[in-house]
Amino acid sequence: MRQDIRDRSRDLLRDDKLQDNLRRALGHTLDRRAALVAENPGWAELRDRARDLRDESLRRLPELRAQVERQVRGRGGGFHFCRDAAEARARVIEILDRAGAVEVVKGKSMVSEEIALNAALEARGIAVFEGDLGELIVQLRGERPAHITAPALHLDRRQIAALFRRALGQDVDDDPVRLAAAARRFLRPHFLGADAGITGANFVVAESGSVVLVENESNIRLATTLPRLHIAITGIEKLVPRLADLAPLLALLPVSATGQKASAAVSILGGPRPSGEDDGPREFHLVLVDNGRQALISDPILRPALRCIRCGACLNVCPVFQRIGGHGYGAIYPGPIGVVLARALLGRSDGAHAFACSLCGACDEICPVQVPLSRLILEVRRRAQQDAGVTAERMAHAAFAEMAQWPRLFKMALAASRAAIRWWPRWFSTSLTGGWTDLRAWPRPRRDGELRRRTGSGAT
Amino acid sequence: MAGPRIALFIPCFVEALAPATAGNLRRLCDRLALDWYQPREQTCCGQPSFNAGFWREAARCAAKFLTDFADADAVVAPSASCVAMVRRYVELAALSSEQRAAAIEIGRRTHEICSYLVDVLRIVDVGASYHGAVAYHDACHALRGLGIREQPRALLRHVRGLDLRELPGGPQCCGFGGTFSVKYPEISASMADARLAALEATGTATLVSTDLSCLQHLGGRAERRGQPFIGFHVVDLLAAQGPV
Ligand code: SF4
Repeated sequence: MRQDIRDRSRDLLRDDKLQDNLRRALGHTLDRRAALVAENPGWAELRDRARDLRDESLRRLPELRAQVERQVRGRGGGFHFCRDAAEARARVIEILDRAGAVEVVKGKSMVSEEIALNAALEARGIAVFEGDLGELIVQLRGERPAHITAPALHLDRRQIAALFRRALGQDVDDDPVRLAAAARRFLRPHFLGADAGITGANFVVAESGSVVLVENESNIRLATTLPRLHIAITGIEKLVPRLADLAPLLALLPVSATGQKASAAVSILGGPRPSGEDDGPREFHLVLVDNGRQALISDPILRPALRCIRCGACLNVCPVFQRIGGHGYGAIYPGPIGVVLARALLGRSDGAHAFACSLCGACDEICPVQVPLSRLILEVRRRAQQDAGVTAERMAHAAFAEMAQWPRLFKMALAASRAAIRWWPRWFSTSLTGGWTDLRAWPRPRRDGELRRRTGSGAT
Repeated sequence: MAGPRIALFIPCFVEALAPATAGNLRRLCDRLALDWYQPREQTCCGQPSFNAGFWREAARCAAKFLTDFADADAVVAPSASCVAMVRRYVELAALSSEQRAAAIEIGRRTHEICSYLVDVLRIVDVGASYHGAVAYHDACHALRGLGIREQPRALLRHVRGLDLRELPGGPQCCGFGGTFSVKYPEISASMADARLAALEATGTATLVSTDLSCLQHLGGRAERRGQPFIGFHVVDLLAAQGPV
């Protein structure tokens, strides 16, 4: 796996178009975010409150889960707790089958990606249409999302227009308004005709049993109101105790995610349509997925990863993500938070992802709920090395640590390495380091004569 | 000489690759009449192993550091990343509880040189002079690990004749990251390229930082690109007394 990220990165780095698209999309989002944070004197305090709230939720999870179950069932909705991806897929299919649903429109949902729901539905003969523009684009291309909040950020307008002409048979140019209109034209009949809408949930409020959905395109409002059946599927960690808790979280989320002060729409949904009313789905189900989360909550060190509200800011600011995008990682949870989620929820334990990080700490700084990302990345590295057992790398570090116990030997080794580095031929260091020195010269002892001449200082 | 006895920690890669910087640090301390010594037994802080996921090995280095520097009033190092490492020793489960208690104590007394001068000793003018333009690179471990941003800039601004420039685009990682640059050399080089382009845009080829590892990495990449590059540790310039 380790080699996979590196191999992919080589191609992705050479793809000028992709590099351009990533730079532009991420740059804009980060700039807008920075401007909003700068004008908000209460930002740091908001982050503290949000972190505390998330921690409270994680602490009280069993109790909140029982509460939300009572609320949802009390209003005639279905409540499902699924231990793993397979159980969640089976449950959703069961609900759809019972309702006789053969066509589904979806709102953006990373948990549905996590459990590979679309493929399971399609295998069952259920047609799935992604209602979010970015998700529709990657669905039409047969790809997975390149980012957790901006699935198609690896593409530019021209590429999307070409896709729409090819896949939708629509004659569109690359004007964004016309592109959105083309997607709408294509999706409208599906929104109207679908038997079920499947969405994620940004938050689930325990005291009211309501599902909270944040969006910009109104596709979620359509998916949750037009079809007769609505299924919301999300991770158990998305529970929050009170409606009032939404205030800080909803203040942080859009700024961090897209650099918007507020998103275009927030839906707070209460379950199936009450009798005598005209709005809402006739049938509603909340599917809460564990899939490794409970184990993460019991993990004293990695637990803060579940504070995550999936804003994607740590991806945006990560210099590695900025260069390889989500597809470079080969996991639907990429970037800094993906290091933990890919291991804990997707079962990727080789640590390859964890080492694709320079430990710069930009993610720690930007995370709205203060997930200590670089600390968690170090921990995943530690565990990955532990799992790997005795490797050449471990033996090298063990030898180094042993040598460090012997100062005179250590100093001699440093002097020897100084000499060796100065004189050994380039082919030798290249073969030693597997390409490292193709790209950069081996660090050389600095020419101190030059330093003296330029600074008037002398080495002692 | 009054004041605290300062133990200098010279990181192993400084010793190996830029011994003159170690010398400059000692000269600077002398000029400021600081009571310094350099424990002879010191070796490595353990950071390379820690970052690579080998914490038991890192703990062996940590244990040695804690012994070597047990008596120092203050430990000062020309490296933010090593200081950040020392301050995290407490996280190493392989250390005994006494060692971890000592780690908290010593962590508090361990400082990166610029931060020590400005935050502890309240010195910003060290009486240095250097004629020329330099750009400052925020090393990630200094900036985010230790909150060092203004201190080196303040010190450099007081160097007579020195024209301090900022890299466009703000602080960005140079792409070194130790084991990262070995495992993902292409991504790492691409990050270096972005920094080198920013350096080029400042109109000077001289880059200065609190951490030599960033400078070595960027210098190596610049050599491959054929871009002129001179890397100075902040200490090299603070020790400088060239003609203005
Ligand atoms: S870890 Fe933090 S920054 Fe990253 S996606 Fe989650 S909430 Fe956002």
